[in-house]
Amino acid sequence: MTRISITVDGVRYDDDVQPRTLLVHHLRERLGKVGTVVGCDTSNCGSCTVLMGGESVKSCTVLAVQADGLEITTVEGLAGSDGELHPVQQAFHDRHALQCGFCTPGMIMSAVDLLAENPDPTDAEIREGLEGNLCRCTGYQNIVRAVRDAAATMRAGASEPAPAAPEEAPAPAPAPVEVGS
Amino acid sequence: MIPAAFDYAKPSTVDEAVRALAEGGEDAKVLAGGQSLIPVLRLRLAAPTVLVDVGGVGELRGVRDDGDALVIGATTRHADLLRDPLVARHAPLLAQAAAQVGDRQVRHLGTLGGSLSHADPAGDLPGAAVALDASFEIAGPGGRRTVSAADFFVDFLTTALAPDEILVSVRVPKRPGWTTHYEKFNRVAQAWAIVGVAAAVRRENGSIAEARVALTNMGSTPLRAGAVEQSLAGSAATVDAVASAAGHAAEGADPPSDAFASADYRRHLATVLTRRAVLAAGGIA
Repeated sequence: MTRISITVDGVRYDDDVQPRTLLVHHLRERLGKVGTVVGCDTSNCGSCTVLMGGESVKSCTVLAVQADGLEITTVEGLAGSDGELHPVQQAFHDRHALQCGFCTPGMIMSAVDLLAENPDPTDAEIREGLEGNLCRCTGYQNIVRAVRDAAATMRAGASEPAPAAPEEAPAPAPAPVEVGS
Repeated sequence: MIPAAFDYAKPSTVDEAVRALAEGGEDAKVLAGGQSLIPVLRLRLAAPTVLVDVGGVGELRGVRDDGDALVIGATTRHADLLRDPLVARHAPLLAQAAAQVGDRQVRHLGTLGGSLSHADPAGDLPGAAVALDASFEIAGPGGRRTVSAADFFVDFLTTALAPDEILVSVRVPKRPGWTTHYEKFNRVAQAWAIVGVAAAVRRENGSIAEARVALTNMGSTPLRAGAVEQSLAGSAATVDAVASAAGHAAEGADPPSDAFASADYRRHLATVLTRRAVLAAGGIA
């Protein structure tokens, strides 16, 4: 057994695992994070996609020991603490970007990863960005629409003024700016 | 599907990794990103007794400028190659080939050294490494040695690495004045290459001075298309001249027939893709 410490959806877990344990099995069977599903079990379908260290990975193709010391985000960790859906989740809901829903957790995590790198993707970039995720219902049209909508929502959110900071000591006066002599 | 049980070692230096491999014997395996190895373990096509995880060895990761060459650590990930400014400037062919590997999730974990060491004939990086005349630094119990890309790929899934050796870095010569392109043909997104062509071209005064062309999945290892290179050297930089040279692409190749393509179709693809790759590399329209 090997001791690992991973943070999943903001909570730290210390566990002894067999080195052969796949991350997806650790998440589902030890930590109860069953939102992440096993689809093909052959590294193809992407249903088991989670973020590891902030980047998408197929958790059926990662050993739990490889995640030691890293932060994992699953589909269960996207919504706000008040239950407010992440913009990508909301867009999948609004656009009915699912049929049977099995690929959805992975699709959403891949879309979150893609939008972190490319906040304004074209349809072609969305399709290419999601190439590692298969929808056997072939519901791709609405999935692409949802990712496009989520991108627009997130860009609008990013350009809004930040919410007022909690009251604290007043910020120091800005340093005087030297004007070129 | 769950891999068979194995022991796990996580060294933090190259020397520790080499020692762990030696202690593990013939059934020890190196784990880098795991994107080729873990599927094989899960299917129990391999059952190593020890996995030596080199993910924590700092020396193995990153890209550095070494004068007339780039030195790229073996565990530099495909995703890193896509973003690295030195690679973009001096070896864009590697980034272009890495962009074709698997999908985003695979590129976040899969490594340059892992792809090269796995040596799948349908892999995208081996052909690019051969076209760029890369050389590989290898560490073993007896110290370090360097092997050229041409000598590294020995056979199907077989390299010059001994069981107790690991790939440390890949040295890619800078090639001022050369331009490159990787052309891949596959069935669907994220699929392996049916055939791929890595081309590097140096133009001079409107003609092609030199070219290097390597073929993916046209045999058990990446192949130099020597007849194409000879035909291109000194030829006019025209579509007709390139098409004529590309007609030699399959000479001497012994491509496989499988569920995706017959050997004859692969020979045909090699000529078409070589023409496209050389035209794109040379900016010839």
